[in-house]
Order: sequence, then structure tokens, then C-alpha cells
Amino acid sequence: MKLHRIGALVARHLYLYRRSLPRIMEIFYWPFLDLVIWGFITLYLAKYQPQIPGFVTFFLGALILWDMLFRSQQGITISFLEELWARNLMNLFASPLTPGEFLSATIAMSIFKVTCVSIVMGVCAWLFYDYNVLVMGLWLLPFVLNLVVTGWSIGVFTTSLIMRFGQEAEVLAWSMVFLFQPISCVFYPLDVLPTWLKAVAWVNPAAHVFEGMRAVLSGSGSPVTNLIWACGLNGVMLLAMIAWFYKTFAHCKVQGSLVRVGE
Amino acid sequence: MTTPVLNVSNLRKSFGEFTAVDDVSFNIMPGEILGLLGPNGAGKTTTMHMLLGLITPTSGSIRMFGMELATHREQILQQVNFSSTYISMPLALTVEENLWVVARLYGLPDIRRRVDDIVKKLEMEEFRQKITRKLSSGQMTRLTLAKAFLTEPKILFLDEPTASLDPDIAHKIRALLKEERRSSGLSILYTSHNMREMEEMSDRIIFLQRGKIVAEGTAQEIVTRFGQADLEDVFLKIARDSRL
Ligand SMILES: Nc1ncnc2c1ncn2[C@@H]1O[C@H](COP(=O)(O)OP(=O)(O)OP(=O)(O)O)[C@@H](O)[C@H]1O
Ligand SMILES: [Mg+2]
Repeated sequence: MKLHRIGALVARHLYLYRRSLPRIMEIFYWPFLDLVIWGFITLYLAKYQPQIPGFVTFFLGALILWDMLFRSQQGITISFLEELWARNLMNLFASPLTPGEFLSATIAMSIFKVTCVSIVMGVCAWLFYDYNVLVMGLWLLPFVLNLVVTGWSIGVFTTSLIMRFGQEAEVLAWSMVFLFQPISCVFYPLDVLPTWLKAVAWVNPAAHVFEGMRAVLSGSGSPVTNLIWACGLNGVMLLAMIAWFYKTFAHCKVQGSLVRVGE
Repeated sequence: MTTPVLNVSNLRKSFGEFTAVDDVSFNIMPGEILGLLGPNGAGKTTTMHMLLGLITPTSGSIRMFGMELATHREQILQQVNFSSTYISMPLALTVEENLWVVARLYGLPDIRRRVDDIVKKLEMEEFRQKITRKLSSGQMTRLTLAKAFLTEPKILFLDEPTASLDPDIAHKIRALLKEERRSSGLSILYTSHNMREMEEMSDRIIFLQRGKIVAEGTAQEIVTRFGQADLEDVFLKIARDSRL
């Protein structure tokens, strides 16, 4: 691992943001819009469903946390797509850059995006809905960290698929997380799922985080068990996805498709 | 006797049933310009991509600076670079930003001076602040050459580097390549479909056909051996014979 090579890639992406409106919108405008729409829906529902306590708190909290996961995944996958679109992969991998350094740079970009998006959403929720994400207290930190790591796993997985299958797989960059959403139990408890789906959701670290979040918000217990599960599953999943990325990378070099992806 | 900077032995690449590069062996000496000649699909680009570690060979060995590429990828790639008419650089960055990113990627010292030098050498002043998207194809080629020169490599792989350049710039690039070879002992592996350029540039030529080396030597030696008037006639003879 050489820091200067990771730094070079990060600099290259930051240059992009400096003068690209769509990319800046991705960070600032879309999360804001998400929040506005869901915020209004929440307010509306809250008016007619007063029997569900803390409705707004649940919904907005879940929404903000889910967005962390989503942006974290995007930070990885979009950074790879940028190189693909720029036909820059050949320049990168004919340099001393290693696949591990490449992944580290995408992870750095992911952290950058998540940080920006959380600030935007946190501030907006507070300004417009008088909602303070910090009601979750110190638990917020391990929740967010776990979701970000889940986002990395999904991001690395998606990146491998795009590398392997090329252009046809590009749409996965945006759709893959939504495959995980139903089994992440973002807006409803794990209990409402049918038994077989419950088993699937159970191996998804994000589901444990959202269970934990509900426990904290409803004051019905400590999320420590949830967090232990989330951490364990996250560790296993991330390692597996990184291993799979390396395998795919080697496979593409054998097929000669690394220099051709995106063509 | 000096040792070669690059040594390829029994290199082979198969894509499924099809063999693109078949038992190819050659050396490049310090300061030598080796031309790789051959009809479309002969395996020139595939060979270069294997030398750059972008394609894994099916068998055979690649050694540079006395090290095996498979086990010393980082050390080797730090000292080589490549350019081609067919590659691109990130379009949304300016020319200068692109060069800075490359310089950082290779961990170069003294980046500002190096970028200034290379911009001057390749006469890129008037478009150095331009967004890469707005470059003409010849300017783009110059940028990819600049990125290759910037890292001061010991071996340069050039895949049809002058294909989109106007004659004046192409001439200057050739002069620059020869000058670098003379002053710093740069070794170059070169492909081109321009036979005059091949004759002018190459100390030695390897003729590839369907992945195999069918002739090797100086341009003059090859021309004499095939009993033709010039390299172009040799090329036509070999290429047409193979298509029969
Ligand atoms: N990834 C790949 N999968 C399958 N076949 C491939 C792949 N890459 C190259 N080939 C085949 O290998 C052969 C050699 O291709 P290569 O690009 O090396 O030729 P070349 O000598 O550079 O030709 P040109 O003069 O047209 O550039 C071609 O028949 C090509 O179709
Ligand atoms: Mg070629």
C-alpha cells in the first residue's frame, strides 16, 4: 500500500467534483430532495396515525441512516464507473497501482460522500422538521459505521459484477442496494417479514442495525446484541466481497477483458 | 556484453481455443528501439498488454530489469510507461490536472518542473489549461505521450503512437524519441503500420504473423532476406501469403 497512489486517485476524483454540477447535485441536492419528500409524507402520516408513537422519529431517522448506506455504496461503485467511462482503467492498472490501493481510494471517496451527505441531511432535518438525528445519542456512531461498511460490501460486490460483465451491468450501480432494502428492514421491524425472508434478512448486517435503531428510539432496550451481530456479519461480508473482487480482477486479466471493459 | 532490459521467452496467450500470441521470444537492449510489425490481429497489442501486466499470459516468462513481471509488478511498472493512439485520459479534467494525477500516481518528485518541461517539449502550451474533452485527437495523442514521458521510464511501449498526428508533430515526436534514447538510454518497443516510420525508427524489427515471429532483424536484413525492394513490399508479401 502506497499512500501517494491512493492520494492521486482521490485527487483525481476531487478534480471532477470541482467543476461538475451533476456530481455536486448527487451529494447535495438529491439527498436534500429525498429528505423533503419523505419528510412531508411523514408529517402527513403522523397527522392521521397518532397511535404509532414517535412516527416521525422512526421514519426520518431510518431514512437518513438508509441514505448513509446508499451513498457509501455509491462512493465505491461510481468511482469505479468514472474510471470506466473515462477509459482510464488501462492507464491505472498499467501503473504500479495495486487493486488494493484502487479499492482503498474508492473507500476514501465513499467516506467523503457519506460525510457530506450526512451533514446535509442532518442539518436539513433539523431546520425543516425540527428533527435532531442526535436523539439516538452515542449509538448513532456505531449504527452509521456499520451501515457504511455494509455499503462498502455492496459497492465492492457491484463493482466486481460491472468489471466482469461490462456495460450491461452498469445499471446495478443504482439498483443493487434496492435489492437489499426489503431485507434491511429499514422502515419496519424484522418481525413483519415472512419466516423464510426473515432468515435471509437475518444475515444482512443492515437489518440488525435498523433493529437496533428501533430499540433505541422506542427506548425498549439496548442495541448491543444487534450491534455485535452487525459487526460480525459486516466483517465476514466485507472480507468475502474483497476476496471476490480480487478473484474477478485476476479473471479479467486472464480473459483480456480488463482493457476492454467499457468498450 | 550488456544485459537486456527486457527479456521475453516462450510467451503465449490463448483466448479459449484461439491463440493470439504463440511462443514469442525476444530481448530489448538498453537504448534500443525494437519495432513490432504485423498485419491486423497479429498479436502486437496483446503482446504489449501482457508486458504491461494488463493481460495474464497463458505461459512463458516476462522479465524486465532482471525481475519477473509476475512477482515484481510494482517495481517494474514504476520504471515503464506506455502510450497509444487508442487510449484516453479522464475527459473532465484539464490537461494539466491529468498530468498532475499521473505524477502523483507514480510518486514523482518535483512535479511542477517536470510538468512544465514535458509541456514545453511536446509543444502543448496552448492547450495545457484546456479541458481534455475539448482536445483534438492529435492533441489527445500528445497528452498520452506526455503522460508516458512524464514518469521518465526506462522502457516505453508505444502502440501506434503517431497514427493520428499531423506530419509535422509526428516528425517532432520521432525526433524526441530518438533524442531520449540517445541522452537517457531509453528503450522502446514500437508498433506502427507506417513502414517508412518503422524503417526510420527501428534498430531491429520483429515481424509477427498470427501470433508467431516470422522474421527478425534490421529492416535492411529483412528486406534482403525476402528479396523485396522495401519493408512495405515485405509486409504485403507476408500479409497476403497468410491470407491465401
Ligand atoms: N480479450 C480477447 N478475447 C479474445 N480474443 C482476443 C482478445 N484480445 C485480442 N484478441 C484476438 O487476438 C488477436 C490479436 O489481437 P491484437 O489486438 O493483439 O492484434 P494487433 O496485432 O494489435 O492488431 P492491429 O494491427 O489491428 O492493432 C486478434 O485476432 C483478436 O481478435
Ligand atoms: Mg493493435
